[in-house]
This record gives sequence, C-alpha cells and structure tokens, in this order.
Amino acid sequence: MSHGTNKAQQIKEISGVNPLKCMKCGKCSATCPAFNEMDIKPHQFVSYVANGDIEALAESKSLWKCLSCFACVERCPRDVQPGRIIDAARQIVVRQRGGNYLTADEIPALLDEELPQQLLVSAYRRYKR
Amino acid sequence: MKFSYYPGCTLRNKAKDLDAYARASAKALGFELEELEDWQCCGGVYPLGTDEIATKLSSVRAMAQARDKGQDLVTLCSACHHVLKRVNDDMQNVEDIRTRANNYMKLSTPYEGETKVLHFLEVIRDTIGFDELKKKVVNPLTGKKIGAYYGCLLLRPGKIMAFDDPENPKMLEDFIRALGATPVVYPYRNECCGGYISLKEPDMAKSMTDKIQESAEGFGAEMLITACPLCRYNLNKTENGLPVYYFTELLAEALGVKEEALK
Repeated sequence: MSHGTNKAQQIKEISGVNPLKCMKCGKCSATCPAFNEMDIKPHQFVSYVANGDIEALAESKSLWKCLSCFACVERCPRDVQPGRIIDAARQIVVRQRGGNYLTADEIPALLDEELPQQLLVSAYRRYKR
Repeated sequence: MKFSYYPGCTLRNKAKDLDAYARASAKALGFELEELEDWQCCGGVYPLGTDEIATKLSSVRAMAQARDKGQDLVTLCSACHHVLKRVNDDMQNVEDIRTRANNYMKLSTPYEGETKVLHFLEVIRDTIGFDELKKKVVNPLTGKKIGAYYGCLLLRPGKIMAFDDPENPKMLEDFIRALGATPVVYPYRNECCGGYISLKEPDMAKSMTDKIQESAEGFGAEMLITACPLCRYNLNKTENGLPVYYFTELLAEALGVKEEALK
C-alpha cells in the first residue's frame, strides 16, 4: 500500500465519509463562503481523497480557510459532508510533530480587549493538537 | 419549572451580560436556570473526527449530570449549544463513540444520550410560547427594526440541530415580534461571520461581516441580535456597522428586568 493510499484511508476513517458517494454537482463549492480563499475547492477535496492524492491536500492552504460553517454539509444532496473531509485532512497534519497551525507563543499578539474566550478555544481545537 | 443550565466559558467572562439578562428574563417568565456543578468548557467547536473521544467528554459529563438530576439541559451560547447537541447525537446514534466514551467515563449508569439539550430560545418557543411571552412584555420595543442574525451553529446541520428551518428560519423573527418590535428579514442572516478565522485572519472575517452588515442595513434594520459571543465580536469589527446586541438584552429590556439583571 503506497503512502498516499494509506493516508487516504486514514482520512476516510477519521471523517467517516465515503467520497465515492459524490456525484460532482459542485454545490459544496458554490455555497462555501471561503471558496475564493481556497486553492483546492471543497468539491475537489472529495476527488483528491477518492484518488488517494493526499500530499497536495496536506499542503493546501484550504485546510486553514475552512470555517466549519457546515454550509457544504447542509446542502450536499448526497450527504457526502465535505467539511468532515477537510477537517480530517487538517487532523492528519496537526497530529504530526510540528504540524500545529497555531502555537501558544502567537496568542498574546493576537489578543484584544473584546476577544471572547470562545474564539481562542475554537481556534485551538481546529488548528492545534 | 427548573432546567439544568450550561453557561460555557465566555458567559463567565466576556459575555457575562448574555448570561445575566437570560437569568433575569427566565425568572420573569417563570422558569429557573440551575447551573451545573463543575461544568467544563465544551471546546467551542464540535470535534468532527470520529476517532476524537477525549474532546467530547466535557459535553458528555454535562449531559450525564443533567440526566442524573432528571432535568433538561439549557444552553445560551450558539457554540456550546452546537457542541453539546452534536455530541448528544453521537451518544444516541454512533455506537463506537458511545462505547468508547462510556468505557472512559465509567459512570455508574452509562450515558446514552438521554438528556434533552435545549437552547434558551427553544424553551421560550416550546415551553413558554411566544404568545405568553408577548403577554409578559411590559416595555414593548415598538418601532425598533431588528435584524436577526442566526449565523451557522444554531441551524446547521439541520438534521441534528433541529432548531428551525436551516435555510429559512423564523424563530428569532417570531421572538422579535413578541417583544413588540419589527423583524427585518435579510438574505445574509444565516451566512457565516467568519467564526474562528478572525483570530489569525481578521481581514477575511471582516470581509464576511461587512457583507452581513451591509445586507441587514440595506433591508432597513437598525440593529442586529445574536445568541453568539463570537458572532457579536466579529460583527462589531465592521466599521460604522449596525449595533449588535445579545437577544437576551432586548428580552430583559422588554420584560422590564434589565436594570436588576446586572445588579
């Protein structure tokens, strides 16, 4: 089993998603509020996993642009849940040594007087292991 | 009428008023919020990974405690509500998560999703009723044009949150009407505010809240209401945007308990 296939299997397990259910209608990308910021779009994410091409996903800036707003999950007519796939790819990255997208050292410079605690814990959960 | 209550981290800190107005309003409406003992932060976002168990346990503990007290569990913050409700769905329907969480917890009675998790607004709609709320209003907010901002977390995924129609909700509009004000329906009311992206990429979040604010103002709203501290924080980053209030502040005002709420 090649490295890519192994990682693809991991993404399928963590996300619980079967990418082969996708009928490529593109609704997830059409509805994604972060679409313009993404290099690999939500519907492409699904294909990358189906094809086992995981290296590109791991390096994609899209991992850090997804807002977990669940618009793609809500509107997918096939219940593929692209948001779960993106999260699983993010998990694969942050679970590796040195893979965190946010570190504690960065926090003080990002704070302001009004910033709710909720923002810090949410960002930690999504960006950091 | 007594409910177990899970305030969450932000309501103990930057959003103390969201909590205080809710407690005073609940009292005026004839129900009590009994805060859970030793509750822990929900983590702010639902852990999507099917292999993530530890990050779901603070929710399980809260819901198990409410179950043991024989009470429904009420939340206020949209994020807490989202996380607890989805973890509860896992505990009901995903055998692997339920088994592993219970193996870890070793509760005297395993938790299997028995607790009903309700948002404060659901208590008003389903237990009190909007007609009854309207009768209890002493300071009707007549003439105020209010845009409801739902955001994402209360509504989606609709099948699990079961809060309202995720594409065309009306809960907050009914709420606004019951307070004597005029709801303003605008297209961006269930679009994302940017959520946690505002920590590292405030400009991206701002481009999103600018659109929401512009949409609401364009349709004639004079103010926005929300249930979520993070939505409020993000929406306030738009320069010269509409003022954003917690829905509980307007509720307390209409019920005539605003002053005593903050004492």
